[in-house]
Amino acid sequence: MRDALSLPSTSGAGSVLTESLRTRTVLIAITFLFLGLFLVLPLVAVFVEALRKGWGVFFSAFADPDARSAISLTLTVAAIAVPLNLVFGVAAAWSITKFDFRGKSLLVTLIDLPFSVSPVVSGLVYVLLFGAQGLFAPLLKAYHIEIIFAVPGIILATIFVTFPFIARELIPLMQEQGIADEEAALTLGASPLRMFWTVTLPNIKWGLLYGVLLCNARAMGEFGAVSVVSGHVRGLTNTMPLHVEILYNEYNFVAAFAVASLLALLALATLVLKTVLEWRFDQDVAG
Amino acid sequence: MEIRIDRIAKEFGGSKALDGVDLTIGSGELVGLLGPSGSGKTTLLRIIAGLEMPTSGSIFFDSDNASGWTVQERRVGFVFQQYALFRHMSVFENVAYGLRVRPKKTRPHETDIVRRVASLLDLMQLGDYGRRFPAQLSGGQRQRVALARALAVEPRVLLLDEPFGALDAAVRKELRSWLRTLHNKTGHTSVFVTHDQDEALELSDRVAVLNRGRIEQVGTPDAIYDSPRTPFVFGFIGTSSRIAVTIAGGQVSLDGSILPLTPAALPDGPATLYVRPGDFTVADGANGSIHGLVTVQRRIGPVRRIEVAVGAARALVEIDIPAHRTFEIGKPVSISLLRAAVFPEAGGIEPVCVETALMPSVLPLHQPSRWHA
Repeated sequence: MRDALSLPSTSGAGSVLTESLRTRTVLIAITFLFLGLFLVLPLVAVFVEALRKGWGVFFSAFADPDARSAISLTLTVAAIAVPLNLVFGVAAAWSITKFDFRGKSLLVTLIDLPFSVSPVVSGLVYVLLFGAQGLFAPLLKAYHIEIIFAVPGIILATIFVTFPFIARELIPLMQEQGIADEEAALTLGASPLRMFWTVTLPNIKWGLLYGVLLCNARAMGEFGAVSVVSGHVRGLTNTMPLHVEILYNEYNFVAAFAVASLLALLALATLVLKTVLEWRFDQDVAG
Repeated sequence: MEIRIDRIAKEFGGSKALDGVDLTIGSGELVGLLGPSGSGKTTLLRIIAGLEMPTSGSIFFDSDNASGWTVQERRVGFVFQQYALFRHMSVFENVAYGLRVRPKKTRPHETDIVRRVASLLDLMQLGDYGRRFPAQLSGGQRQRVALARALAVEPRVLLLDEPFGALDAAVRKELRSWLRTLHNKTGHTSVFVTHDQDEALELSDRVAVLNRGRIEQVGTPDAIYDSPRTPFVFGFIGTSSRIAVTIAGGQVSLDGSILPLTPAALPDGPATLYVRPGDFTVADGANGSIHGLVTVQRRIGPVRRIEVAVGAARALVEIDIPAHRTFEIGKPVSISLLRAAVFPEAGGIEPVCVETALMPSVLPLHQPSRWHA
């Protein structure tokens, strides 16, 4: 009888919320079929295509200087965008959860903007601002600064697109934790900086790592916004996703899928790490 | 250290959380701030700590104006409601935190830190728990870690926000008397916030009752319980019944019949009579000053409590009688007052709170001994 009352129970035979065996089997089968068809199959296909002509051809795709340059550009962009968004994200989450100020709800809405705007649009905005006909064009020309169709534009677009990831991860966490721990540290004589390093940061570390992971995955995989501002200059402004597209358009399928498989591996690694982090996080919360 | 709170006011976005509070907390005193939620008691505590800045008014630590001091400069020991222990640190590191964050010049040597923390943990009966983490402790143990952590910095004053709020009843009672003993031992000037009157009355040297951002009354637990000075305090502390009465020429009357209470200089008009359940005597028949009908009787611990509908308005009053006496429901009884307080409603809006010392109208047959003093 107790089973009948407890909601999360999935095993109790005869529980009010448990469907018949047939219904359950069908529902679970549909879910697996759907996931297999739309998620697993494409992922497998990427690796199968990449390895179609053997490991030799697979690795030769990375010997190409353009591929190497694309990989190094992607890593560079992520190495700049992720730390910057780490700082922005912590600062934004901190100010939203620990202070009360005018325009707070506006700030929360703005943080979500990159989620709701199509990446292509955000790329175009940067073209309008910094492009040859853009708002800041005279200024940039005067100082010989190139942003659009150059690396700075790619970094800017990536920062824009990945901005919400860390802040969004931290805000609910920090809201739930409240400010009592910080206040306790202050009453014990800690300076604000000391308080941040010894109390706030340890409290949010798993959430922060998770946010960084998601941010990094998106920064490396972003296509739309980067595509608009990059100009697709081979060996110069091509990131991995753009390089995959170029190879594919040239019917160089094996090479395209080989680079794509690298991105897919990144996604899988992120997924595994995320699961580990969530597990650690639960352990920490549960004590 | 003495704390003097001088006309402290605090507004949060236009609403007044504190409205001109004056309070002096003597050195070594244990003062309870008692009030319902929203009365401003926690805000006052946080202002003393420096966690909140008042809109106006000043705070003095002894003769120093501490109003402009930062939290760190005030050196208070603050025990948070949910303890706010650092979950990633061991019990030992939690208690040592306040010593470790000191600037190098004033930071004690590591061996001194270890000794100090160990002696505090012993004092809190937590000697063996230094290596545990907060999540591995019971509520009562966490509470004591929080106290040890607050005491480690040798605070000028110990501030406790609802110190027993998160504990279950049995632990709460035990910790309460333990905290009182600890206070007697260490002698820190202490202020704690509570909404639990039993807690405030049992633990405090003096109680400050807060309501809507103002202090209604400050006094010893005896004074607060026995001589409430405002209708709010009368209603908030202990149980009391209210009877609508009329004042004319200094005489208090119920439905036209004058109650034999000592006349006092009170303005004419409607008023409310406040009486505690133990401050009545009840008899069969019609000898007393108030007549009524018994509507309910039930056993409450050592006494029997009856409800009697009195006057034309059939106001229900609660009366405690010895457990061996019983009354029939619906039976007419006559009631006499032993002690009561009258608060006139001048203008009918805000009650003007006039302290009245009313004498027993009828000599009681079973006067509880506590009133003899």
